[in-house]
This record gives sequence, structure tokens and C-alpha cells, in this order.
Amino acid sequence: MLEFKDVTKTFDGSKKPAVNKLNLTIERGEFVVFIGPSGCGKTTTMKMINRLVEPSKGQILVDGTNVLDQDSVQLRRSIGYVIQQIGLMPHMTVGENISLVGSLLKWSKQKQQERAQELISLVDLPEEYLQRYPHELSGGQQQRIGVLRALAANPPLILMDEPFGALDPITRDGLQEEFKKLQKEVDKTIVFVTHDMDEAIKLADKIVIMNAGEIVQVGSPDEILMNPANDFVEDFIGKDRLLQSRPDVTTVKQIMNAEPVTVKEERTLKEAIQVMRDNRVDSLLVIDEMNTLKGYIDIEMIDSHYKKRNFVYEAMDTEEYSVHSEDLLRDSMYRMLRRGSAYVPVVEENNRLVGIVTRAALANMVYDTIWGEETTQVAATE
Amino acid sequence: MFEAIIDTLTTYGWDLVEKTGEHMYISLAAILLGVIVAIPAGVLLTKIPKVADRIISFVGILQTVPSLAILAFLMPFLGVGVLPAIIALFIYSVLPILRNTYTGVMEVDHSLKEAGKGMGMSSWETVRKIELPLALPVIMSGIRFATVYLIGWATLAAFIGGGGLGDLIFDGLNLYQPELIILGTIPATLLALLANGLLSMIEKKLTPVAMRGETA
Repeated sequence: MLEFKDVTKTFDGSKKPAVNKLNLTIERGEFVVFIGPSGCGKTTTMKMINRLVEPSKGQILVDGTNVLDQDSVQLRRSIGYVIQQIGLMPHMTVGENISLVGSLLKWSKQKQQERAQELISLVDLPEEYLQRYPHELSGGQQQRIGVLRALAANPPLILMDEPFGALDPITRDGLQEEFKKLQKEVDKTIVFVTHDMDEAIKLADKIVIMNAGEIVQVGSPDEILMNPANDFVEDFIGKDRLLQSRPDVTTVKQIMNAEPVTVKEERTLKEAIQVMRDNRVDSLLVIDEMNTLKGYIDIEMIDSHYKKRNFVYEAMDTEEYSVHSEDLLRDSMYRMLRRGSAYVPVVEENNRLVGIVTRAALANMVYDTIWGEETTQVAATE
Repeated sequence: MFEAIIDTLTTYGWDLVEKTGEHMYISLAAILLGVIVAIPAGVLLTKIPKVADRIISFVGILQTVPSLAILAFLMPFLGVGVLPAIIALFIYSVLPILRNTYTGVMEVDHSLKEAGKGMGMSSWETVRKIELPLALPVIMSGIRFATVYLIGWATLAAFIGGGGLGDLIFDGLNLYQPELIILGTIPATLLALLANGLLSMIEKKLTPVAMRGETA
């Protein structure tokens, strides 16, 4: 869809390139967020795609064609563009604003109108608004129109330069949600520039972190949160966010206890009680020779079956709930807590038991998230 | 005095109508020329902002040359009559329109121009669809300013045989008939006031809805 090959931009009168030998491939339908401190070259990179800034060296290919080989006006009409200042034309109605690109493409009045009606139905605005003027709308409504305007000619690629940056936090939140949903419906490739990490994590399929004109790290939000490439990325994401994001990116494997107390299914109930007593627990996970999870047994079951049954497999409960070791904690934690069980066994392929997550482990996890790790504990005891 | 005016009116009534017509013709022609030349020139200047300031001050200096002198300068080249009068007045109409066009277009919100460009407007489309409509109120007030002044200055056209209400005033001076002077002056003033009112109305009409509040 979009490819950068050794793209460099040096502005007149400056020695240091604003963007230096950038290489990146963006797939069709991807939501790519460029992020970095101001002056890192993220906006310049984006503006080179529709030639608002001309690259000094290298190639930018849109669907295999170098942008420099295309007429800049035609190129821009084929790419949607949304800016932070919204930039709705105050002398045109909302409808005229939406179909601005259509009017440049010499669409008939009727086609322009139909397209505007079709688009406004995508967002939460009544059709009467098409006759209004931009200044009669709130900031959030105006930027919705700004986004619709970019969608009007149905371009496969849309560039967005901090589109929600000037809105208040509540409006911004709502618009982000709405836009993410819209993007899935209309299936566009989006290149989005922001300096807001929360926004990037929320919206992006792929985050491109830039600094001083170069790409520092490219990856999905989870990948970046889990494995920040270096100190810069870690600083940029922020310690708080890294900790808070732990339930989002931590897998069950990372917090489980790898040595659960178990009993083989063919053991006698007598032996099972012995194991419980030795380990000071009231229930056991039941496994077979292959270490496959079979079920569980607790002290009450043994008590009620003691006189009638001899073996563990006769008394155990086989309706066992388990999670996979590679599951994200965020998904499992909720289910675990809702079920009200004190623990959950962790399995791998073929139901092979590898560990156990207890409520105590979850408590530790939440504690770390709230208080940070260890350090505060030490400080508190001094 | 009052009777004298009535008297002159009956004597010069037809003259008055004719001279007023001439006066309007000269002023209107000069203003139209000014609009045709100064608006495109003003827009072009916004594309070369580095030299624009110097060009505008040069035109400003031109404007300070006394109008009588300009008329005198033009006589050897263009002779006497209506045409040199119109050209002289046209020179005076250029600066206010040029300056206002330049300022008006420069003041259009930069983000709007960028949005337009980013959506694929050619330079001409940016001028026609964004810059001119948004600068229109400022341009119009330049035209209004120029028109009001031109209607006053057009009385000087009589000096080089251009006709207009100036003829009545000069006749009055030569014949020591103050009634004639008044007869020439009052319509000229009324014309200027009328033009001002009319152009104000057009100016308001042309102001984009969103900007009406601010200018009021």
C-alpha cells in the first residue's frame, strides 16, 4: 500500500535532516500511528506522502507508484487529509464542506449531495446539519465533519495530523472510539500522527516511534509495551503506563506458580489426604501419567466419599475450568474473578498441566500496579 | 440666496442631470478599471510576500502625488478629455484596493489554505474557493473607500476637459456664481454618500455568515 525507501528530508538552511533514511512498509487496511516528541519528524514524514513536503532523497511508493511521478494535485485528491485545526471552510455549509473534494473532482450537484447524506449518517449527526455553517457546531462535531470530508471521495488512504489534539479530553475520548469503529467499517489505511501515547495505544494496529528524524521502534501497541526497544522508548511510554499496561500484556505464564500441588488419578483417597496435609492445602489438581489435567478434588469431596470410594478418579470433579499459559492475563483475570474460584489451573497443549494461578498471585499483581514494585514497600517499613 | 438657487436650478437643471451622469460615468469607469487591475495584482502579491511590501509602499508613494499634478503630467501623453481623466482617477483607485486585497488574502487563516491544498486544490482553486471569498469583505471595504474618494476627486476631471460636476464648480468660480459651485458640490457629496451606503450593503451581503458577527 505504502512504502518508504530511504526517505530523507533536509529543509533549506538546515544541516541536520528532519527525516533521515526512513524505511517503512504499511499494509492495506492498517492503522499506523506515528508518535514522538515535537520536532522528531513525524509530521514531516506524513506530509511527504501527499507532497505537502517534498522528499529530498529516497522514494515513497503509494500502491507501487512513486508519489513524485504523480501530479501533486491529483495525488492529494486521491488521499484523505485531516488536520488538527480542523480547517472547515467558514463560508461553506457543512454539506459543501463535506463534498469539497467532490466539487474539485467535478461531481454533479446531486452526487455531491447524496454522498454528503450518506456520510453524515455514518456519524451521530442529523441530516439537517448539512445546511448549517461550521461555526454553529461544537468542536467535536466540527472534527467529525473534518473526518467525513476526508472520506468523501472514498480514498483508500487517509492522513491525519493530530486530528483530536485540540479537543477537550471527554470529546476526544468519544471521538477516538467512534473513529476506531468507523475505520473498521470503511476499511481504510490510516496514517495518524500524534504525541499522545494513550491515543496511539488505543487506536493503532502499528505504532511507529520516532526520534530525531529516525524510527526508533515499530510494533503493535502490545509489542511496544512488552518490549520497549531502548531507554528512549521506555521513557517516552512512561513508567506509569508500562506498569498499568501489565494486565494488558502480561501472559498467564508470567505470574503463575509453576509447581502446583497435584495428585495422580489412580492414587487412593488416603494418599490424597496425606498430600493435602503435607502441603497445607485443601484441594488438589488431579493429573494422569502424561501430566494431563483430569480434574480436581478437595477435602469436602474426600469426606463425603470416604466410606464408599477408594480412588481419587472415583471421587474427583472432572468439570475443570482452566486457562492457557499463553493467554493474556487481562482476559483470564476477569473470568477468574467472576467465577469466584480461589485458583485456576494453567495448561498447555493437550491439556498438559503447567501451573496454577491463585488469587494471592492476582493480589500481588494488582498491588504492584498500584504501588509500583517493591521500592515503596521498603520505604514504608523504614 | 435661496431664490438664486431655484433660479440657477431652472436655468441649469438639464446641465445638472447631464453633468451628474458624466460624473458617475467617469468615477465608475475608473473604479472598474481599478478593480480589474488591483484585485488580481493584490492576489499575485500574496504569492511573493517578500517583495510585496516594497511594491505596496511604492504604489503608496505614487498616491501622494497631488491629483492635479497627475492630471497635468498625463496631458502631454493622453491629451485632454474623458479618457485621461479616467486614467488619472484609476491610478488613485489602485492603492486602496490593492492594499486591501493583499491584506485580506494574507489574513485568511493559514490552516484553511493548508486544508485546501492538502485536499488537492490547485493554486487557482485555492484563490477562487478559499482566499477570495474569505478576503471579500476586506476587499470590498477597499473598493468602497476608493469609490468615495474618487467621486470627490472626479470634480478635477473638469480641469482637463473630462466633464462631470466639476464643470459646474469651475463655471461658478469663473463666473463668480456661488450658486453654481453649490449646485456642483451637493450632488457630488450626495453621490459619494449614496455610493458609500450602497457598497456597505453589498459588503455586508458578501461577508460569509460565520464572519458577520465579528465585523459588526
